Amino acid sequence: MLQQHLAILPILIPLFAALLQLLPWGNRPQPKRRAIGLLASILTLIAAVALLVEVQQQDMLVYLLGNWDAPFGIVLMVDRLSALMMLITAVLALPVLIYGCYAEDNLGSHFQALYQFQIMGIMGAFATGDIFNLFVFFEVLLISSYALMMHGGGKFRVRATLHYVLLNLLGSALFLISIGVLYGVTGTLNMADMAVKIQSLTGDQAMLAKAGSLMLLIVFGLKAAILPLHFWLPQAYSTTTGVVAALFAIMTKVGVYSIIRVYSLIFGADANELALVAHDWLWIMGLLTLVAGAIGILAARDLRLMVAYLVVISVGTLVAAFSLSSAATTGATLFYLIHSTFITAALFLLADLMAFERGKTASRIVSGKKMANHSTYATFFLIGAIAIIGLPPLSGFVSKLMILESAAANGHNFWLWGAIIGATFVMLVAVTRAGSKMIWHTLSGKASEQSAPLGKRIALASLLSLTLLISIFANPIRQYTDAVADQLTDVDSYPVHVLKRAGGEHE
Amino acid sequence: MNLLFIIMAPLFGALLPLLFKRTPRAVQTLITLAVPLSCIAVLLNYAPATFAGDVPKQFVEWLPALGLNFALRLDGLSLLFVSLILGIGVLIIGYAHYYLSRDDDEGRFYACLLLFMASMLGIVMADNILLMWAFWELTSISSFLLIGYWFHSSDARRGARMALATTGAGGLALLAGLLLIGNIAGSYQFDAVLAAADTIKNHDYYATALVLVLLGAFTKSAQFPFQFWLPHAMAAPTPVSAYLHSATMVKAGIFLLARFHPVLGGTEMWLTIVTVVGLITMLVGAYFALLKHDLKGLLAFSTVSHLGLICMLLGIGTEGAIVAALFHIINHACFKAALFMTAGIIDHESGTRDMRKLQGLMGLMPLTATLAMVVAASMAGIPPFNGFMSKELFLDQAVQQHLFGGLSWFVPILATVGAALSVAYSIRFIHDVFFNGDYKELPKKPHDPPRMMSAPVAILAIMCIAIGLAPMTMVSGILDVAASSVTNASTTVKLSLWHGFNLPLLMSFVAVVAGILIYAARDQLFTFNRQFDGQDAKHNFERIVQRISDRAAQLFDRLDTGSLQRYVAFVLISVIVIMLPSLIDLSAITGGKPQQPIDVVSMVGAIVLIAAAFATATLHRNRFVMLMMLSVVGLMVSLAFAHFSAPDLAMTQLVVEVVSIVLMILALFFMPQKTARASSGHRVFRDIIIASFIGGIVATLNFAILTSPAESISDFFIANAKIGGGGTNVVNVILVDFRGFDTLGEITVLAIAAAGIHKLLNKLKPFMPSSDVDGRPWHRIKHPLMLTNVANLVLPMAMMVAVYIFLRGHNLPGGGFIAGLIAASAMILQYIANGVDWVKGRFNVNYQSLMSIGVMIAALTGLGSWLFSKPFLTSWFTYLKWPVVGKWEFATALLFDLGVFLTVIGATMMILSNFGKMTTRHRPTYEGN
Repeated sequence: MLQQHLAILPILIPLFAALLQLLPWGNRPQPKRRAIGLLASILTLIAAVALLVEVQQQDMLVYLLGNWDAPFGIVLMVDRLSALMMLITAVLALPVLIYGCYAEDNLGSHFQALYQFQIMGIMGAFATGDIFNLFVFFEVLLISSYALMMHGGGKFRVRATLHYVLLNLLGSALFLISIGVLYGVTGTLNMADMAVKIQSLTGDQAMLAKAGSLMLLIVFGLKAAILPLHFWLPQAYSTTTGVVAALFAIMTKVGVYSIIRVYSLIFGADANELALVAHDWLWIMGLLTLVAGAIGILAARDLRLMVAYLVVISVGTLVAAFSLSSAATTGATLFYLIHSTFITAALFLLADLMAFERGKTASRIVSGKKMANHSTYATFFLIGAIAIIGLPPLSGFVSKLMILESAAANGHNFWLWGAIIGATFVMLVAVTRAGSKMIWHTLSGKASEQSAPLGKRIALASLLSLTLLISIFANPIRQYTDAVADQLTDVDSYPVHVLKRAGGEHE
Repeated sequence: MNLLFIIMAPLFGALLPLLFKRTPRAVQTLITLAVPLSCIAVLLNYAPATFAGDVPKQFVEWLPALGLNFALRLDGLSLLFVSLILGIGVLIIGYAHYYLSRDDDEGRFYACLLLFMASMLGIVMADNILLMWAFWELTSISSFLLIGYWFHSSDARRGARMALATTGAGGLALLAGLLLIGNIAGSYQFDAVLAAADTIKNHDYYATALVLVLLGAFTKSAQFPFQFWLPHAMAAPTPVSAYLHSATMVKAGIFLLARFHPVLGGTEMWLTIVTVVGLITMLVGAYFALLKHDLKGLLAFSTVSHLGLICMLLGIGTEGAIVAALFHIINHACFKAALFMTAGIIDHESGTRDMRKLQGLMGLMPLTATLAMVVAASMAGIPPFNGFMSKELFLDQAVQQHLFGGLSWFVPILATVGAALSVAYSIRFIHDVFFNGDYKELPKKPHDPPRMMSAPVAILAIMCIAIGLAPMTMVSGILDVAASSVTNASTTVKLSLWHGFNLPLLMSFVAVVAGILIYAARDQLFTFNRQFDGQDAKHNFERIVQRISDRAAQLFDRLDTGSLQRYVAFVLISVIVIMLPSLIDLSAITGGKPQQPIDVVSMVGAIVLIAAAFATATLHRNRFVMLMMLSVVGLMVSLAFAHFSAPDLAMTQLVVEVVSIVLMILALFFMPQKTARASSGHRVFRDIIIASFIGGIVATLNFAILTSPAESISDFFIANAKIGGGGTNVVNVILVDFRGFDTLGEITVLAIAAAGIHKLLNKLKPFMPSSDVDGRPWHRIKHPLMLTNVANLVLPMAMMVAVYIFLRGHNLPGGGFIAGLIAASAMILQYIANGVDWVKGRFNVNYQSLMSIGVMIAALTGLGSWLFSKPFLTSWFTYLKWPVVGKWEFATALLFDLGVFLTVIGATMMILSNFGKMTTRHRPTYEGN
């Protein structure tokens, strides 16, 4: 029975887990809530793996909610891209949650429930095939992220959250307006159906749809943190708790995912008058984002802020590379997306652990006390630095190489080469400088007595080990991302799958 | 056994010293030694094939999509380098065992050293140019770790970072170059690249590719103008300097030139750049070598100089030049590694490397002195040592070349100058340390080191003599195959110590005499050079990085002020910029749809709405007034909904208005009544322009959409609400059935919002005013009698209305959402009228559980359809005959709506009651209820 409902499981599992966690659970509720959360995360992971296996066999799963035919009801449309994103989320969520279960969840109310709600929202955004439903899941994931971001409290955190909330409310309003425009022009909310309708638009109708699609770009750009909409990110990610920042490594990717989804399915190469409307903007803004991120890491005086700007760099790379819109670059871009999600999450956790053990100097890039687990963190930092900078032999190297190699050598693409290679050099200088100050240049005297729990270190180590695994298994992963890219290019297959129902009637 | 072993053994072997960290040091050293020795055994297995002219290869597929594979080759050039890397590696490991002090972490040292060895072997054996690049960067990393081995010293840290930044930058340039080459050749396998050599040389991007590759080579081999990092890398332990920064790693750049000579070499551009850079480097390096007072500094610059020499030979690129270059690679590795180890011994035994302090050590360290003299003589190019022979070949090439037309005669002269300087600093190394007067007091009284520490030096010294005396037996075989893989044609090398009386010999003689003279006049040179003191590349590097970092921070401070207003402005300006072009392209904003006539009611409503909205904005500084204006806006919107036949929306909007205004008035309690004037006139002006544009854009879109005819899915909803969903209220059927999944999402949002607000509130400790804005204390009667009575009356009535609205929702305006809000507002009235204590005593429901159960009911209703093998949320309805009421519909959608109803009550009450509690002694608790 579950097989039939596989597509919706990654949404329902965290939903029910979160609802259960909201119940009182007696005098010592936290252990029970943790157990529910961990169990749910494991189940979600299993479901996500099963989904990935499934879409390799049958291209895409279409799930008609309420058994209403598309385009009238809401559909879940789990294609290869969705399955990949869901698996990334599930793989990320488990170690980060384990990390969070070491008392991080006691810093404020409802952490465990909000965490699951957050996963539910992200999963839903990846799974849905309906643009209004995408808006709903954006709301779910946003409102959970508002609450998670202020986890732990404190003046700076609440202030950063306020900025984050207001900007995203603005984003939501724009999202709603643009959906209204697109619905007004096409008369549908189903993405596959909309793709069909968009193809036949001409004249003023096409212009209106273009206006709607570009407004949508601002919404997704805000979420993904593309220049000049990225300002909220460094402040927000560097002030929130490490565990939340680590989970949020996937949040910018939701924006990137939405960009990939909408501007390849609806406004892709097949959209006639509206073909690739956003790609020129994506190209320029992506490159500028890369540059802004690079300047940011040079300016950063705090390791967490530096990692936040590393996120900005990765977003710029993703967006600029995607805008080249060939199957090869998209395959490489998705590979890079996998890598950058895990490694930035790991770095946020590392910065958190180091800040804890360093005590007063926290994560500021200055020399400080020797940490209790100094050599462990030194090793972690080395691995993390090699991976994020993109040096061999870890995943950063493979994925950057893929992007550069897939962008054929010509005058246009040299801008991307230059930006990526230049940013890599800046990272090399800035990250080694930070490492040298924080790890090598320790003050003489006794080491710190605060030692982080072993479980946190193991959770981090397991996240970090992914960077090596991605590199070793680069070939099968790349084959999969190439298959994703092929499917995305084949826009016509979507209406075929989504709009023709498999059978069965509504009662 | 296969070729892979030669790389994998040290790569994974790097873990061994770490695993055996607890064992005695001798054991660690032996285990580490076993790694290169086993590689040598495997190498011996393959060498005969290479000597026979074959190229043993190994191919393991890694990333075919990228063209990156684990492909290895062992041609002559590789064999030459592999032998050097492994041979000298063994000696260095042995030497390091005695060199490192008891406090040093030997395990970490050996691990990094083996890692380096693996990456270096990878560079020279890679048969895939991307793979080669990977190992290239790995040498930079391991070199970084080794230079920074004594990381407590600031010199080590900065030296390491500078080396990494320089070689790393070069490495990235190299990557771009290799990608270009691969793009042109269509493959990254070396054979394919080699086959495409002519295409590459004639390609438009040839010049770019060449420059990029050369940048990689020059940074790595510390060629001018990138020579600055190498002397600072000498902060590393001496075995590292000997191994990485003289014998092997810095030769990676040279290796790259040799490897790509058949692909990129031979063009005018190659000849000019490589030869000139090599020549300059040779002279600059030699000059600075003479000036350094630090033994390792002298050797470092002399390394730069000798690398320049080799580079120049590769630039000239004739067969003879290439043989000379390869020969000098071997010779330089032998004598320079030995000299570094000697410098290490002197430092280790005497406690200093400063030549101004050292003197007269001959009597104290006779063995060290003797060995040093042999290898220094080789460096100076004195017969019969090996250095002499390769220098002769070099001078010969300098004479023979005709690269620069009429100015070609410059080259042999400058080559002789370089040779002379080389003689001078070699003499300095020996004379200053071992002679030059009697022994003076030093930190430690030196003596010859343990026999085993001298052994590696002795072995290398013997090599210098042996190669010098019997070059044909010692090296001709390997030079044959190595040279043929560089020239891509079979080569037979003829070497002999004595070439007869010829021009090179004369130049050598001149160089020796001049060298002695220069050394004699060194004091003048030192005096001259003192004018340039204070230029330290390390500090410059640090200063530059610091300055760039500061600039970046300044730029960001100016751009990213942390002002929310600015961020919002950026978003809105982006909207304007990105949308204006397509709106300008719109030919008309009125579509084909006929417009409805404007009636008076709509007119008045619109005017009130506009006025209220305007008032909200202009009066915003008085918060209470602003709230009132805002509620007028809300009311007008509700009326508009009602007027344009959307009763469901009107009802919802109305109740939402009530609840949110109550909430905001509660919030107002904690806030100042007036907002301070925060914006300057300019900013207000800017904001008005932005806001007008945005308003205009949205209005344009709205009008254009509303007037354009369009078919949409809504026709289906109207047609199917009754037959498919079992209800006549289409809006409700959409909410609970057609798009019930959206509703499930939205009630989840509501529940999350409630939990989030509770989370925020129980951490806040706001200021609680004890009087109103004019300083009057709050009235002593908190709960006025009238209100209490009315509220008590209203509650049951409101509940009844709520249930009624809820039940009829499926067919007439109403539904769970509206009903929930009505019930909630009645209960809020209880809180307002009677206070928290009173309500808690009578009605102690855990709102958090209520809302959780509400969502759960909705979700479980959806799940129920699984039992009938239908997708989530598939609805079902039937008509039942109920007692008393008669025929009444039962739909699963009603159950779903019940969930909505409970969630709305639970969430609304959780938010409001917790907010209300903030004003009382019942602070919101951590768990919440």
